[in-house]
Amino acid sequence: MPRGRSRIFSGRIAHFVQQKSAGIFYLCMPNPRLSLLQLNQQFSPGGQTNKNLVLPNFKKGGSSNDMLKEVRLLLYKEFLLESRQKQSINGLILYLISTIFVCKMCFRSLPEPSAWNALFWIILLFASINASSKSFMQDSRARFVYMYTMASPQAIILAKISYNTILLIVLSLIGFVVYIILLGGNPIQNMPLFLTDVLLGSMGFSAVLTSMSAIAARTNNSFTLMAILSFPLLLPLIMTVVKISKNAIDGLDPSISYKYLVVLFGLNLISGALSYLLFPYLWKD
Amino acid sequence: MNIKKNWWKAITCVLLFYTVIEGFLGAVPARDILNETIRNLYFHVPMWFGMMTLLFISVIYGIKHLHNGAMRSDLIAREAAHTGVIMGVLGLITGSLWARYTWGTWWTQDTKLNGAAITMLIYFAYFILRGSVEDEQKRARLSAVYSIFAFVMMIVFVMILPRMEDSLHPGNGGNPAFSKYDLDSKMRLVFYPAVLGWVLLGVWIMSVRIRIASISEALLNHSDTHPTS
Repeated sequence: MPRGRSRIFSGRIAHFVQQKSAGIFYLCMPNPRLSLLQLNQQFSPGGQTNKNLVLPNFKKGGSSNDMLKEVRLLLYKEFLLESRQKQSINGLILYLISTIFVCKMCFRSLPEPSAWNALFWIILLFASINASSKSFMQDSRARFVYMYTMASPQAIILAKISYNTILLIVLSLIGFVVYIILLGGNPIQNMPLFLTDVLLGSMGFSAVLTSMSAIAARTNNSFTLMAILSFPLLLPLIMTVVKISKNAIDGLDPSISYKYLVVLFGLNLISGALSYLLFPYLWKD
Repeated sequence: MNIKKNWWKAITCVLLFYTVIEGFLGAVPARDILNETIRNLYFHVPMWFGMMTLLFISVIYGIKHLHNGAMRSDLIAREAAHTGVIMGVLGLITGSLWARYTWGTWWTQDTKLNGAAITMLIYFAYFILRGSVEDEQKRARLSAVYSIFAFVMMIVFVMILPRMEDSLHPGNGGNPAFSKYDLDSKMRLVFYPAVLGWVLLGVWIMSVRIRIASISEALLNHSDTHPTS
């Protein structure tokens, strides 16, 4: 990363330090020691360095306002991390494009609409599992412990789910465009419905996959487990999204699809609520 | 034998003997296609009742474990899930046989079959999850969280799926339900005791498994503390 940009980041960090939340940003630094010193210099009056930086204490179970703030900060941390490790998001995009290309080479001609639809969702399913599996695996143990002393578990899971939702939406939209271009032909007759379906589907995927990733990351064969734990739980979601997108492809009257959209929304809500309630039990050791 | 404690086991035996004798020898209504296979109703359907009861017990003890952290609750949750899966496999086998003789195929794309298959997938994943964690406390907590998550999603799935697709099973997709005419009052006299009997048998097997598991754990702890004996 060029020197100038990292200065911009340091400037923003200093801004957040004044908002009592320096600790979280300590985590994002490529070189923790250096950044801690930098933070110290900006933090303490007179520019003296303080060896024992006292980390601001988060109120556990505070008001919902505090919670929102925590979520926002953690979300910002995720984006900062992502922007520093561009190879990981680029890798995911390449994975998606390669998979689609393999499918194109295997099919050769345009598959019929129901196969087109099923193939699209299967590709998205695998890409999503790949993308969200790293949400808890990439953090080192020490960083985990640090983060958990800083923020409430609910804030952590909400931030991770929101981040994964955005990531999956971006991935699925890229995937969608590449899929249409590479496979050729666009059988979709009701585009807004299809896109709504993709958006809601990504939200549901991320709610389920984030908590499964939290479970799988604590075991010793996490990559296999990530898949086998998530597949059966994702099935209701997949069956609903496939049904809606098939309706969108066939251009059926939207009123037919509304009840499925409600079901999809309900599934998202249930899986989000379960993650929110159960995550506090996952993080303590 | 302590009558006060074990009366329900005696009831289980009586109910199951009644089910088997009455189920194979009793009169059943003659129906096209179904013919004598209608007797499978006393064996196939109660398996699902048993499975759901045991899996529900497993989830309850999972919640209990998260609440109080007792290893005993985790052991009960594990053994209940084991017994539940055994009953589920028996349900699949009896169902598959029945399907071969009435629908002409061992396995078909059907809502209820998919629901059963997903349940099996979830609980096989549950056992693999348990096998992949070394630390006891962590294993108990992770598997409890997974089983709660999975159980809720499974119930939702079983509830929403039939509204999306038709099923070959009685009472779905325009097929007449057993309660309409097949399950006449004479069959009910066998069916309800059969359900109760098989559920109780499942609970009985579970309690034996729990005792075996806690004894072998106690032996393991004993040999740890007294290596010479």
